[in-house]
Amino acid sequence: MERAGLLRFWDSSVGKKVVMGATGLILVAFVILHMAGNLQFFSGSERFNAYSHLLQVDLIELTWLMRITLLGAVVLHITAAYQLTMRNRAARPAGYVKREPQVSTYAARTMRWGGVYLLLFIPYHILHFTTGTLHPAFVRRAAYGNVVIGFQVMWVALFYLGAMAFLGLHLYHGAWAMFRTLGIARPSNDPLHRRLALAIAIIVPAGFSLLPLSVMLGFMH
Amino acid sequence: MTTKLDARIPAGPLAEKWDKHRFEMKLVNPANKRKYHVIVVGSGLAGASAAASLSELGYRVSCFCFQDSPRRAHSIAAQGGINAAKNYQNDGDSEWRLFYDTIKGGDFRAREANVYRLAQVSVNIIDQCVAQGVPFAREYGGLLANRSFGGAQVSRTFYARGQTGQQLLLGAYQALEKEIARGGVTMHSRHEMLDIVVIDGRARGIITRDLVTGAVEAHVADSVVLGTGGYGNVYYLSTNAKGCNVTATYRAYKKGAAFADPCFTQIHPTCIPVAGEHQSKLTLMSESLRNDGRVWVPKKKEDCGKKPGEIAEGDRDYYLERKYPSFGNLSPRDIASRAAKEVCDEGRGVGPGGRGVYLDFADAIKRLGEHTIRERYGNLFEMYERITDEDPYKQPMRIYPAVHYTMGGLWVDYNLMSTIPGLHVIGEANFSDHGANRLGASALMQGLADGYFVLPSTIGDYLAGVKVDGLTAEHAAFREAVDGVNARTARLLGIKGTRTADSIHRELGHIMWEKCGMSRNAAGLKEALVAIPKLREEFWSNVCIPGTGAELNQSLEKAGRVADFLEFAELMCTDALQREESCGAHFREEYQTKDGEALRDDEHFAYVSAWEYAGEGMPPVLNKETLEFENVHLSTRSYK
Amino acid sequence: MKVVLHVWRQASASAAGKLVDYQADDISPDMSFLEMLDVLNERLIVRGEDPIAFDHDCREGICGSCGMMINGAAHGPMKLTTACQLHMRSFSDGDEIWIEPWRAKAFPVIKDLVVDRGAFDRIIQAGGFVSAPTGSAQDGNAIPIPKQAADDAMDAAACIGCGACVAACPNASASLFTAAKISHLGELPQGQPERMKRALAMVHQMDLETFGGCTLFGECQEACPKGISIDTIAQMNRDYIFAAATEREATDVLGSG
Repeated sequence: MERAGLLRFWDSSVGKKVVMGATGLILVAFVILHMAGNLQFFSGSERFNAYSHLLQVDLIELTWLMRITLLGAVVLHITAAYQLTMRNRAARPAGYVKREPQVSTYAARTMRWGGVYLLLFIPYHILHFTTGTLHPAFVRRAAYGNVVIGFQVMWVALFYLGAMAFLGLHLYHGAWAMFRTLGIARPSNDPLHRRLALAIAIIVPAGFSLLPLSVMLGFMH
Repeated sequence: MTTKLDARIPAGPLAEKWDKHRFEMKLVNPANKRKYHVIVVGSGLAGASAAASLSELGYRVSCFCFQDSPRRAHSIAAQGGINAAKNYQNDGDSEWRLFYDTIKGGDFRAREANVYRLAQVSVNIIDQCVAQGVPFAREYGGLLANRSFGGAQVSRTFYARGQTGQQLLLGAYQALEKEIARGGVTMHSRHEMLDIVVIDGRARGIITRDLVTGAVEAHVADSVVLGTGGYGNVYYLSTNAKGCNVTATYRAYKKGAAFADPCFTQIHPTCIPVAGEHQSKLTLMSESLRNDGRVWVPKKKEDCGKKPGEIAEGDRDYYLERKYPSFGNLSPRDIASRAAKEVCDEGRGVGPGGRGVYLDFADAIKRLGEHTIRERYGNLFEMYERITDEDPYKQPMRIYPAVHYTMGGLWVDYNLMSTIPGLHVIGEANFSDHGANRLGASALMQGLADGYFVLPSTIGDYLAGVKVDGLTAEHAAFREAVDGVNARTARLLGIKGTRTADSIHRELGHIMWEKCGMSRNAAGLKEALVAIPKLREEFWSNVCIPGTGAELNQSLEKAGRVADFLEFAELMCTDALQREESCGAHFREEYQTKDGEALRDDEHFAYVSAWEYAGEGMPPVLNKETLEFENVHLSTRSYK
Repeated sequence: MKVVLHVWRQASASAAGKLVDYQADDISPDMSFLEMLDVLNERLIVRGEDPIAFDHDCREGICGSCGMMINGAAHGPMKLTTACQLHMRSFSDGDEIWIEPWRAKAFPVIKDLVVDRGAFDRIIQAGGFVSAPTGSAQDGNAIPIPKQAADDAMDAAACIGCGACVAACPNASASLFTAAKISHLGELPQGQPERMKRALAMVHQMDLETFGGCTLFGECQEACPKGISIDTIAQMNRDYIFAAATEREATDVLGSG
């Protein structure tokens, strides 16, 4: 049954993909800011705890606004991704015996599994560093110490690094594809070539990973 | 018994005939149009444009094609362009000039009135196609670009890269799909027409085979339109698509439609030569290559096996430049083709089987630089290399003539109606406008002229005169025709011999190419007329068709088409034998000047030969439509 | 040369299919891929076996009839080339070659390598045209069209509707096909009046036909024998977003189509 207006937009494959692109844009912007903020960790505990205080006390209304926006974006992003995946699978019920991908990247082919990994990672991350529920020695407003102690657990640090690897792959495809999906990419003689996305995909996960790595290697304590 | 051929050419001055005729024709009341059902067979430029335009007028239309989609009809492969007398280039073109060039190009074997009308509506075609979104080439100022094509003295050819046929067909196809969506046209893809049904002297429907299920179906209509293309595949190897066939027009012929000038077939000089026995089709390369390429073969037979680079300049025979000093490598299609065959017959041909001549760009590259040549012909050179694995920048291309277009077709009057009332024939399937030879870039023009502008006007004149009568497929004539188709299928499947239809088709092609190809003589044609019936017998006793009729069976489809070619080939040879003159693409060796030029005989042969089927085993009856030339002077061409 | 073929054989739409092995001897490197199949078929017929059914017509790479997965790539290993223009010299003596039909729910197999691509026609029916009834056109030069726009339109219009984009897409998406037509007509002034309606209706039809969605793998562009760019997909999405944002009523948009 065909629906009208926004609902029809949502029903269409292009509409859903546009929702993924638009929410992706929000999420990419967020991870860039988040990563930049995290780097204050290397300015020492005082500075980092002040930053945490700013977000969690002084600007708490803004933080909540952001959290709600992000939650909405993530829910839409995942719902659309799930529904499109189901549709795409149904579009080819009988597969090929022999199949050779020609140009598709590893990143593009791992978007779905990487997405699932990140979906598991994000709640853990919130329960770990935001609420402290899953943190072994969480102290409210003592962000610096929480990070150091949190990453001293080896499997946790590895789980984080794994998430960053998938985040990199996700960004390498997503931060390029979203502009094309939203129809704002410029025509190009080599549309598969991506520079901005490559930069984001390297810088963002690398920036995030510096924290667990530096703790694991004992540089920060 | 002979049919009275009445071309129904309107009286009055040439330039006013069409307008006057359109006024005088009867019209169908707009409210009544949807009561009339028109069947269009074929979905190429002519068929698709006719089906769409008739539906827009309000008729109920059913359209049939054997391909999986109407977009695949072979019009799609035309490369060069489409002519129109727009005179956008201010170089002296006019309707009159396009008319005259077409009549002269056809060596004065076409009807003046039809050709003039073609020139008149040519301008509307361009407008129509632009409005549909056909992306014609444009100049920087945004206006339409033109080029000169096929030796024309004016630039009147419109083009869309090297894909003009494709873009024009997609325009017509999209118009057709628009009408299908609106409900005006019912499309039957993967359906092949296998017979036509004539009741009380009128074409009333067709019998088709659903190529997927094998179901044989009867379709009733008030008029039937054939836009089923040409029969070049009678030669097996041609530039036509593999599926092109004579079946629809030949079955119509057997039901009483006269077949006109079947021996007029155009041979194109610049095709990629045959590589071996496996060759399934020939690929055309644009004639524009001859603007910069020089045609040659070795002077001595012994040199033919050598690499071209090893043959010294003095040992090369630039035979076109030698024989035709003023036109040289740009000699007309038929002259260039015959000259190539001649040198190969002398044993001086190059490449596999000795069936090829060199087209050499070395001088042009030296003179203009490789860059310029790449700019002009890059795509063609790439295509050539893809097929032959030879680099034409480094060694000369090899070319050979191939069958390209058939000017002959079902006879039609000025209204495009055949000798069976209610059966209209459009595009390459009819004989009407090109005479004995067709100008480059005129096939697309004629297909669209017929489909968009001529038939939609003239069919009303016929339909206004017939009553809608509630005829159904239960009528005995339909049942009989269905039974006939089924019986033939059963007979074909029952032979269970040892040869494939393709192998017999190849053999037929060989006979036709040798005896009824670019030059013919009475002795050869008579030999062909003995050999063809023998081969036909071989076919009907020894062809092998696996599978059944109730499924997708490509061997069966092929065999059915070959069976018709095997009968039709005889008609072609009969026609070629009877036309004791050389004109246009029809070159009878007995009728040439001492310089080897075609010798036309206007006194005895200025007529259209319209052959009438006289029954199984009976020789066909020749009817003649005398061609009257009131507006042009019959001149003889010379390319010396 | 000799090659070993593994060919998908399926008697009808409802029958089960399987890969069948064939040895093709005495193959000339100058044969086109389809001529190689012709030769094999003639041998099969004489042996009383059912030949391999495959769609083909013009054999010069323009009609779009032929198409098959050859060693896991749509139309085989050569770029910008349809199966009919692929030659056996692209393979080596003794090679094994897997030949399978296009695979998509929207392209059901009819027999062997022949599939039903009627869905493409229906996408065009939804709006892939300019409504310009015969006779209603103004002079062809009445509206100048910038050369760049005409060239871009031609780039997109080069699509031959073969279905390789769908076959190559991991999602069996028809986005490149649909976008090529939307871009072709959207580039031209003649296509403007119906541009928004066209984008909405064609995308809708594409979804109805059960094609998958675009996730920008890029495989379609690589497989396309005419080199249609995924830039057209960005254009399609742009038109779709704009159309969805500005449409008034759904009933207006779909019309009688």
